[in-house]
Amino acid sequence: MVDLLMNDVLGTPAILVGLFALIGLLAQRKNIADVVSGTLKTIMGFVILDAGANVIVLSLGQFSNMFNEAFSVDGVIPNNEAIVAVAQQSFGTETAMIMLFGMVVNIILARVTPYKYIFLTGHHTMFMACMIGVILTTGGITGITLIVVGSIILGSLMVLSPAMLQPFTRKITGSDDFAIGHFGSFGYFISALIGRFVGKNSASTEELKVPKSLGFLRDTSVSVSLTMVILFFVVALFAGPAFIESELSEGQHFLVFAFLQGLTFAAGVYIILAGVRMLLGEIVPAFKGVADKFVPHAKPALDAPAIFPFAGNAVIIGFLFSFMAGLISMFLLPVFGLKVIVPGLVPHFFTGAAAGVFGNATGGRRGAIIGSMSNGLIISFLPALLLPVLGTIGFEGTTFGDADFGVVGIVLGNLINVIPSTVLFIIITFVILIILYMIGWKAMKKVEKEDAA
Amino acid sequence: MKVLTVCGLGQGTSLILKMNVEQALADKGISAEVEHTDVSTASTMEADYIITSNELAEGLVGHRAKVFIVNNYFDMEEINKAIDENVVS
Repeated sequence: MVDLLMNDVLGTPAILVGLFALIGLLAQRKNIADVVSGTLKTIMGFVILDAGANVIVLSLGQFSNMFNEAFSVDGVIPNNEAIVAVAQQSFGTETAMIMLFGMVVNIILARVTPYKYIFLTGHHTMFMACMIGVILTTGGITGITLIVVGSIILGSLMVLSPAMLQPFTRKITGSDDFAIGHFGSFGYFISALIGRFVGKNSASTEELKVPKSLGFLRDTSVSVSLTMVILFFVVALFAGPAFIESELSEGQHFLVFAFLQGLTFAAGVYIILAGVRMLLGEIVPAFKGVADKFVPHAKPALDAPAIFPFAGNAVIIGFLFSFMAGLISMFLLPVFGLKVIVPGLVPHFFTGAAAGVFGNATGGRRGAIIGSMSNGLIISFLPALLLPVLGTIGFEGTTFGDADFGVVGIVLGNLINVIPSTVLFIIITFVILIILYMIGWKAMKKVEKEDAA
Repeated sequence: MKVLTVCGLGQGTSLILKMNVEQALADKGISAEVEHTDVSTASTMEADYIITSNELAEGLVGHRAKVFIVNNYFDMEEINKAIDENVVS
């Protein structure tokens, strides 16, 4: 009986997240129809995620084969959805537990510290929970310790990341109503700092006339398909028809094969996104409901596109220059002996655009351009440096895309490798978090003083 | 009544908008089913109303639902105003 409960019920991530949703829905006193449908949809979301992972792994395998044949180096496509879906097959329970308790830690921190942020970007919470779970497990931390340490790290990031950006977010939105809760924040932070440094007297991007025709890229399924088809075509041309038709496609014309494999990847991402949407559709509102009750004056930390309407031109400029830096990095990475990170339109669109908006806020056009280019470099080099610490998951041909995953993963992963004792690792990690809290708190006090003056 | 809230990825901002729209509709006493999604999925879904941003609305031209725009997904005032102007209850 205990075995059934511990292994088959709580040890099955799909059922575990279903239970979280069930408790959340009951706590909100929803009617029975909503409780049943919400719980079932959450579980189904997890199952869909798993199905999408299987589709993507096939296509990634073909891509790696072709890339290796063409350039004799490994190419990696950073895609959060893909790596998380793949990782769920072995780290599902860890992810679900760290995610749930990370949200609890977020609420407690927002309640008792001056960090009043409630991190509402559920998919990023889940992705970060997954990465922390993978790295700590690879470093030999398991069981209750894993969940406690993992959720304290996650909960801390959920308030520290919005806090770091808040002075700039306030400048962009002209109010203190909401914060940005997105794990690409490190790139935006650097962009804003660079903007401040280089942008003296540079006019705002919003005084320019920029064609809006790139707006269609915001439709994710279009931009993923487009990128993947182009990538597969380029790689297929270098790998050559002889290799592809004899080794991979069973005689199908190599370009037709490449086209379909590109779309298979895009279809996998689409399936995973549909799964994540169903999975989090109940959990995020429940989280917000609980937070609203327990945290007076809570500030919602929202997904990066929340700031896009405040600087429409910076969005386009930021994307273009971030992507350009991504293309340049592709050639620089092997020079440093790193794996090639193939730039994707989606990460460069969302994080490049946000970096553009932050860079523009502090340094006008020049800030937007140089800031988003540095974001492009950051999201090329960090994923490459992150790969070695991801253990077995690092060999699947994909990795985490956004900047904070890189920073957090590289720091945690290397600490855990260098420090032989688990206890010492945990102490050092907590000391780092406390130092970050102190820095943030000092900065907040300074801002309050300025506001008062 | 069925309402879709739409953003680029169909994950973060559209979910925030969904929660706010549900709140606004409930305050007005309008009962509706609200779902959040991405543009491609929205274009093939049945709905009475679609709420999205200016840029994404262009991708939904010709949809049978009435498409209307909210630019700041967190501004309850803008959401309430848009609903008052566009939704026939």
